[in-house]
Order: sequence, then C-alpha cells, then structure tokens
Amino acid sequence: MTTTSDREQMAYVAAQAADARVNVELDTGDMTLNIGPQHPATHGTLRIACKLDGEQVVVAEPIMGYMHRGYEKLCEVRTYPQCTTLVNRIDWLGSFANEVPFILAAERLMEVEAPPRAQWIRTILFELSRIANLSLFLGDMGVQIGALTPVFFAFRDRERVLNQIEEVTGGRFHPNFDRIGGLKDDIPKGWVDETRSVMTKMRTFCDEMEDLLVGNEIFQARCRGVGVIPADVALGHGLSGANLRASGIDWDLRRDANPGLAWDQIDWRVWTHPDGDSFARYWVRLQETREATRIVDQLLDGIPTGPIMAKVPRIIKVPAGEAYVSTENPLGEMGYYIVSKGDLGPFRVKIRTPSFNNISVVPWVMKGVYVPDVITILGSLYFILGDIDR
Amino acid sequence: MTTLLALPYWQETAIKLGVALAVIPTTSLILVYLFLFKMMAFMQSRLGPNDTGPYGSLQLIAEAIKFLQKEDIHPAQADRRVFRMAPVVVLASTFLLYVVLPAGPDAVVQNLDTGVFYAMAVSSLSVLGILMAGWASANKYALLGGLRAAGQLIAYELPLILAVMGVVVQAETLNLQGIVHAQATGEIFGFGAIGNPFILTQFLAFLIFMIAAQAELTQTPFDMPVAETELVGGFHVEYTGFRFLLFFMAEFGTAFAFSALAAVMFLGGWWIPGFDVDDNILNILGPGVMLAKILLVAFFIFWVRFTYPRLREDQLQKFAWKILIPLALANIVLTGIFKVVF
Repeated sequence: MTTTSDREQMAYVAAQAADARVNVELDTGDMTLNIGPQHPATHGTLRIACKLDGEQVVVAEPIMGYMHRGYEKLCEVRTYPQCTTLVNRIDWLGSFANEVPFILAAERLMEVEAPPRAQWIRTILFELSRIANLSLFLGDMGVQIGALTPVFFAFRDRERVLNQIEEVTGGRFHPNFDRIGGLKDDIPKGWVDETRSVMTKMRTFCDEMEDLLVGNEIFQARCRGVGVIPADVALGHGLSGANLRASGIDWDLRRDANPGLAWDQIDWRVWTHPDGDSFARYWVRLQETREATRIVDQLLDGIPTGPIMAKVPRIIKVPAGEAYVSTENPLGEMGYYIVSKGDLGPFRVKIRTPSFNNISVVPWVMKGVYVPDVITILGSLYFILGDIDR
Repeated sequence: MTTLLALPYWQETAIKLGVALAVIPTTSLILVYLFLFKMMAFMQSRLGPNDTGPYGSLQLIAEAIKFLQKEDIHPAQADRRVFRMAPVVVLASTFLLYVVLPAGPDAVVQNLDTGVFYAMAVSSLSVLGILMAGWASANKYALLGGLRAAGQLIAYELPLILAVMGVVVQAETLNLQGIVHAQATGEIFGFGAIGNPFILTQFLAFLIFMIAAQAELTQTPFDMPVAETELVGGFHVEYTGFRFLLFFMAEFGTAFAFSALAAVMFLGGWWIPGFDVDDNILNILGPGVMLAKILLVAFFIFWVRFTYPRLREDQLQKFAWKILIPLALANIVLTGIFKVVF
C-alpha cells in the first residue's frame, strides 16, 4: 500500500464524513454489527464484523472458515480422477472451470496432452460456465442494490446455459466431465446449433441488464465512486480477474499464460475499466459475459475433428514431480499446485482460489463507507463462499 | 350534508365500523393479488404465483394460511409490550386514513372539513409504530431500519404536504369532497366538459406527491428501512406470523389509501364527466370509478417498485431537501400567483 492511495482513501472518507459532521461532534460511540454469517448479501456463510459509527463503517473485518470443507486434505486420500468430483464444488456456479486447471496440472506432470478436439470442447464448456457464473452476478448485483427484477431474469436465462452444459456433461452444477488426457464424452448431435441460439439469447440478456441497471441513474448513483480500489492496492492485495481489470490493469491469464486451451486461436479482447469502483467491476463483467458469448460462437465454428481422448493408461499413476497450473476462471485466477510422489493420488494439493484473495481487500476498501455501500462493495467484489472456504 | 340512509346514530356507526373492518384486508388483498402476484410474476417471469389454483387465486389463501400457522416469537431481549403494540399502531394509522376517503357524494365515513390535513396527520402516525418496532425488537438491524424509517418518513412528510398545498390553494378547501367538487365544476380556459382534474394544472405537485408517497410507503427506490439485502427486513426483521401479517396488511392498505388520495386530489375522485356532482347515482357508480383510478395509480407505484434499485439513505435525504421541497415550494408560489391573476 503506498502513500498516494492512502491519501486518496482519506479524501474519500473525509468527503463522506462531511455529510455526517453532526455524528462526529456528538461522539455517539461505536456499535458492532455482525453482517453474517447468515445474511442475504454474503451468499452463504461469510461473516463481516463491522464497527459502526452511526451508519458509517469504522472497521470491517471479514471472518471466514464457516464453510471450510478441507478439500486440500481430502484430495490427498483420493485418486486423481476422484479429485475432480471434489474440485467441482469449489466455485459451484462455474464448476467445469474448476476442473480444468486441476486436470491440466495432472496432464503436465504425466506429460500427456489432450487432442485438439478435446481442448476446444474444454474451452467451450469453460466459457459456458463463465457465462453461467457471470450472468448470475449481473442479476444478483441488482438485488444487492434493491432492484428485484434483474435477478429473476438472470435465473431465467442462466437456465438455458445450464441446459447446454447438462446436455454435454449430464450435470447442471457438477459436471465432473474432464478427464486426464481428454474428455469423458463427445458433444451430442445438434448441440452446436442449440448453443449458438442460446448465445444469441444471452447477448439479449446482457442488453437487458445494460438497460435495467447500467443505464439506470439510481444504480449509477449507488455504484459510481463507491468502493474505489486503485491499481496499486488491487495488485498489493493479490486481486485477480474482473476485480483487477476494473482497476485498469490489463491482465488476463487466458491471453497472458494460456495453458494450451483454444483461446489463442480465436479473435477476442480483454476488457478493462480505469475507475476501479463498483460500477467499473459491474461493467467489466458485463462486457466479459458478452465477450464470452462471442468466444463460444467462434469456437463452435471451428471445432476440429478427431479423438477426444489421448492414450492414457487405464489406472492413472502420476509420475513424481510438482506442477502449478492456473487459469482465468470466472472469478479470477484459479490454480492448483500438485505435488506427486508417483502414487495413484496426489501427495499434496494447494488450491489457489480467486475469491479468497479478492476479499482480502475488504478491510481496506470498507473504511468509512455507509452500511448500504458495504453491500454494494461485497456484491461488486463478487465472491462465492465455496471459493473462499474450500 | 345529506345522508344516504336515515338511520339511528348507533346503527350507522355499527355499519361504518363493519365496513371499515372489512375494507382494509380486502383492499390490501386486492393490491397484493393484482400487483404483488400477478404483475410482479409477469414482469419478473416468476412461475409460482400464476399457477396456484384458477388464475393463481389460491396463492392468496396459501399465503394467509402460511402466516397464520407460524409460531409467534418474541426475541428474549425484546420489550414485549411495545413489541406487541407496534404492528397495531401501524395498522391503526392505516385504518384512520380510510375515514376521510370519499367514494361518492355521500359514500364517505366522515366528511371532515379538514380532510387533507387529517389524512396527512394520521398517515405520519405510522412512524411511531415503526420506531416502536425497531426499538423494541432489540435487534441491531431492526434498530437501524427503524431509525432510517423515522428519518425518511419525516423528510418526506414535508414534500408530501407541500405538494398537497398546491391542490388546496387551487381548490380553496381542505375538505376532500370539496376538492372533488372543485375539480368537477372547474374549467380549463372555459372548457368544462371533463371538469378540471388537478393533474393537468398541478402536474408538478402530482409528481412530487407520487414520489413522496413512494417514500412514505417505504417502497423501492426508497425502501431502505426494510432493505432486504442489507438490513434483512429492517424494522420487521423479528416479527413472525400474524404480527408480520399486520405489517404486511398495513403496507398494502396504506398503498391503497395513498393511491386513493392521489385519485381524489389529482384525478377527479369519484366524479364521472356528464353527471351532476350531487347526483345520487354517483353513490353507486362512484366506488367503481374510484377503484379504477386507485388501481391505475397503484399500478404506477408498483411498477416503479419492481423496476428501480434502491437509493442510499444520504442520497434520499439530499433528494428530499434539495430537490423535492424547493420544487414543492415553487409550485405553491406559482399556484398562488395564478390563483390571484386569473
């Protein structure tokens, strides 16, 4: 954290405190408000212990661990194919994307590469789960701010994407479809055309969100200038994904460190926004959802022919070694560090999840904001509880 | 004042009481059914509320049964007596509002000379109940919600009253029946076929009234006192079952009453163009006309509620004090000038 950003933050706090000068003079004492562990805005069981002066937050401290399921440890007593079932459940809204980096890391250790057709279908499913995940954010942000309608539209349209994922993988939320060396199955007949029409509908959904929220004066009044995270603070707290890009940093692992998926073979762009406030984070995710539909459209055009499984032994033993693979998941950088001793299962797995790092900025960004802004900031940082406590 | 029926005082009072007791649940049920179930389900593509029974009509009964069978819970720390009284106080303010709402030349519970003043006064009684609920629940969210409600309702009483002042100046009376008469007999530049509904001449006042009413009803975009996603329901977070139902009924009953006030003061009330103002037939047709106008106004209230996000508390206060109140004052001045000049 540098002095410039400190000064910026103090100016922001002072501007907000100016409205509440009376409270400061009367010295009313602080009240501790526990937001969570059960609170509608925390999407699960995150607890934020806030110290309030009136309605202004003095200190906010996120307390996590209420949903810790010990996945890193559980992975150690399972074989590699069994692990994908577990990692499915980390970010439960974009499950397929969780499997990919794990499988890629295992493939790197085994020195196996999936055939091109498998890589393309992986990329398509990866982007579909990104759309399913982000579309829910686009609606949910409305509900955090008080507009009830967008979230119902989001659930309605996300269903179409989930149907497409289900048609290929058999699972709506937990596909468990990725295999070391390829995929479990090929895509069904007629799926490509259906997916294309779903992508058109998702673009309409994005337009609706643009009309309902982005263009709405109240939404802008609630989001612009709220929860500003300058670029250096974002980097300092290890933010990734759209939260980082909304602070003006052009960083996307799909482009910068592509681990072999089909992103480098098509034409797309990374969206950034210079403001770093809640509005910027919403806007970046909206553009990313649109971009993802375009990515899927292009990928659907060029699925190569060929097998979907590389030659791998029936009983998978991963040679000794260490590998770290991370991908640009819907929420940010997700990576698996696998240590193998040559057994059926990993010796140690370290999971780097985006939400865990993303909420580390909460105490910094919530100094001096009002209680409603706490919810706006939490909503716009967009975390999934399973992704914080895995 | 002519009376519709020549009955002894106690009989008349008993009838009025019976009507009043029946009317609040009925009106709030109408609004809940039409707007909360039908319109919202349609706008938000919700599937449930439209499918329970014929035209979704059984949903109402299901909801009512659900509320009635819930356990009545008092928080351990709650101030029990105040906690129990709060929903009744809120509902009482709604009941009192209905006293002056006219639905025909004689179809009114009590034709007060200071009807507008009375309506504004009793509508602000609900603040007391909400503060009581917020304080007595012994819950921090409820307390924040109660305080927000108090701040907001007081801030929006002013533009509400000032907006109504424009109408009062133009109609030269505080009596709601008098306002209907003034609209029925008025003319705009010598053209009197539709009378002079004040929405035409007092459009600014109408807008301010509707915005302030939205805030009075704590509906989105001014619903911070209940704010589900931040205060988890605000002042009524600790209320369950029937007590919550009372709050719920009061909310929709008040929405109905405010729509009725808007219909009376700006849309011409129960009068139908072409009829004599004191025609007895209007006692029969008037309620229907009123209901249609009320539903029209309520439609806009709920349309806004389902469309907009919520403002922040400080933004709301700024909006009231810096925009609505100066505008309402300007409206009064303008109305006064026009009144004197023309």
